[in-house]
Amino acid sequence: MVQTGSAAAGGLATPVLEVEDLAVTFARRGEQPTRAVDGVSFSVAPGETIGLVGESGCGKSVTSLAVMGLLPRRGVQVTGSVRLDGQELIGAPDRVLRSLRGADMGMVFQDPLSSLNPTVPIGTQVAEVLLEHREMTKAEARDEATRLLDRVGIPDPARRLKEYPHQLSGGMRQRALIAMSLACSPRLLIADEPTTALDVTIQAQILELLRELVVDSGTALVMITHDLGVVAGLCDRVHVMYAGKVIETADRHDLFARPRQPYTGGLLASVPRLDSGRGTPLTPIRGSAADAIPWAEGCAFAPRCDNAQDDCLTEVSGSTVPLEPDGPGRELRCRHPLEHPSAPAGASAFGTDAPGAAR
Amino acid sequence: MTALGDVKRQRIDELAARAGQLPAGEGGLSLTRSAFRRLRRDPVAITGAVIVLVFLFVAAFAPLLAPRDPVSQYLLSEIRPGLIPGAREGFPLGVDNLGRDLLSRLIYGARQSLLIGVVSTVLGLVVGMTLGVLAGAFGGWVDTVVMRFVDIILSIPGLLMAITISVLLGQNQYALMIAIAVVQVPVFARLLRGSMLAQRGSDYAVAAQALGVKKRRIVFGHVLPNSLSPVIVQATLSLATAIIEAAALSYLGLGDPDIARPEWGAMLANAQDFLSIRPALAVWPAMCIIVVALGFTLLGERLREALDPKFRR
Repeated sequence: MVQTGSAAAGGLATPVLEVEDLAVTFARRGEQPTRAVDGVSFSVAPGETIGLVGESGCGKSVTSLAVMGLLPRRGVQVTGSVRLDGQELIGAPDRVLRSLRGADMGMVFQDPLSSLNPTVPIGTQVAEVLLEHREMTKAEARDEATRLLDRVGIPDPARRLKEYPHQLSGGMRQRALIAMSLACSPRLLIADEPTTALDVTIQAQILELLRELVVDSGTALVMITHDLGVVAGLCDRVHVMYAGKVIETADRHDLFARPRQPYTGGLLASVPRLDSGRGTPLTPIRGSAADAIPWAEGCAFAPRCDNAQDDCLTEVSGSTVPLEPDGPGRELRCRHPLEHPSAPAGASAFGTDAPGAAR
Repeated sequence: MTALGDVKRQRIDELAARAGQLPAGEGGLSLTRSAFRRLRRDPVAITGAVIVLVFLFVAAFAPLLAPRDPVSQYLLSEIRPGLIPGAREGFPLGVDNLGRDLLSRLIYGARQSLLIGVVSTVLGLVVGMTLGVLAGAFGGWVDTVVMRFVDIILSIPGLLMAITISVLLGQNQYALMIAIAVVQVPVFARLLRGSMLAQRGSDYAVAAQALGVKKRRIVFGHVLPNSLSPVIVQATLSLATAIIEAAALSYLGLGDPDIARPEWGAMLANAQDFLSIRPALAVWPAMCIIVVALGFTLLGERLREALDPKFRR
C-alpha cells in the first residue's frame, strides 16, 4: 500500500506531468462535433499515483491517448496544455513525440492479448523498444529484455523470450506489456485499465507489481480505471470524471470517507460490500452515461442525480457548474453536494465505514 | 505423528519442480509453424501437396523422365487424314498429329505451364503487394490514388485484359506471363490493403506506437506480418488460375510460339481439330491442367484454414 508520506513528498516535488485545460473534440464533416474531454486539468509528481475514475465513455481513455499524442490527427481537435517535465506536448512534432513515447512516457493497455503482436516472439517485442530508444546491440537488448521480464516476475525469462503471446497466460502477457513500457524507465506511466481483462488473483499481482515500480523507481503513475477497488489500493489522489469533465478531486482517504459529488457517492454505493450484510440490495446510479446532458445546460449529471434541484440546470445556456475548491486539497463541481455531518472520517453518507477508510 | 514422510515430501517437491517446467521443445511455436503442423496431419492438404510436388518433380527432371524428344517426329508414315496412331509400344500415349510423342510433350509441358504459373503469380504478387503496402501504410490520398488505379484494372474483365496485353506486347512467353500477372495484381493489392487497414487500427499497433516505435518498423515489423496470411493463401489459389489462364491464352493462339517448348494450353488448342479422330490428344493435357489446379487449390484452401485462427480446433 502506498504510504501517505510518498504522496506528501510528491506534492512538493515538481510534477512530471501537468495537464491543463485539456479538451478533445471529435469533429466529422456533416456531424455534430463531440467533446469527449472538456477542460481536464491534473498533475502527477514523481512517485505519485493518481486515478482517473469514471464510467465507460466518460473520457478517461481519450484523456490518456491525448496525453500520449496517440489520437489521430484527422477529425480530432486537441486543445489545452500537456507538459511532460515542462515540455509542451500538444502540437509537438511527431518525431519529438515518438522519441518521448516509450522512453519518457509509457502506456499499459487494457487488453494484454490484443496489445501484443501475435506473430512476433515476446523477446523481440521487448527488445524492439530497447533498440529504438537505447542504442543497444541486439545481444545487449536481449540480455536487458531477459532482465526486464525477470523484474516483472515472469519465471524462466530466457525461455519466455522466444515464446509467442498466445503461449503466455493473461497475467504473464500483462507483465510482458508492463516490461515493455518500463524498458526505458519512463518518468511517467499511464495504465489504461490494466487489470480489467484479468481475473482477480492476477489483478492483485499486477497492481502490486505496479505499486512496487512506483515506489522503487519514482515513476509517476496515472491509473485509469472504473474499478474503485483498484483506486482504493493504489492511488494517492483521485479525479472522478463524468461526461468529459472532472467533477471531483480528492485524496483517496477523503474521497472514500466523504464523497461530496452525488455521482462519486453513487459509484461507491454501487460497489458490493462484504460487511453490508446478506440481502442488502446494491444502490445503482439511475440511467446510464448516455443520459448525460451537455455541460452548457448546467450539470451533465443532473438527470441521474438524486440531489438535483432546479438550479442544477441553468436558465441561461452556457453557464456550466464550475469546478471549485472544496476544503483543503479537494475540488468539486456540484451545487448540491452530499453533506457529511461533522465527523471527519468513519462516517459516510451510507452510515458505515467507507471502503477506503478500512484500508 | 509425522505429518508427511520424507519420501512423500520428496515426491511432492519433485512434482512441484516439474510443474514449473515446460515440456521440452514446445518453446516458441509460431503461428506459421503451428499451421504447418496442422497441415501435416491433414489428409486433404497432404493430397494437394503430393500432387504439387509430383508435378514439380516431373517439371524439374523432364529431360530424364521423358522417353523421347518432345519435338522429333515419329511414325510419320502412319499419319494420314483421319488417322492418328494411338498407344503402342514405345509410345504409351500415342503421338499427336505431327507424330510427336504425346507423353514426352506432356512431361515437357509441365515445365512450361508451371513456369508460367509461378512466374506470373510471383510477378503479380510482388506488384500487387507493393501497391497494397503503399495504400495500406500511408492511407490518405496515396490510398485513394492507388486503389482507384486498382479499381480501373479490376473493372476490365480478366481474360479480355490478358488478351489485350499479350497482343500489345507481342507473342512470346514473357508477354504471356506479364499478361497473366497484370490480371492478378488487383486481387493481391486489394487483399493486402484491406488486411493491413484492419491491422493498423489494432491494439498492438497502437501499443507499438505508444512505445515510440518508428512508423516504418510498425508497418513492416508488426502490421505487414499479420496481414500476410490471406495473401499467401490467395497466391496458391492464383497459381491454379494462372495455369488455367495460360492455357486459355495459348488456346486462343496467344501463347508461346516456340514449338521447342510444348505447353498444355497450346496442346489443347492444337488438339481441337482432331477431337473426332483422337480425343485423347485433348483429354490428356486437359487432365494435367485440372489435376495441377486441383492440387494447388486443395493446398491453398487448407492453408487458409490452417492459418486462420477461426478454423482452429
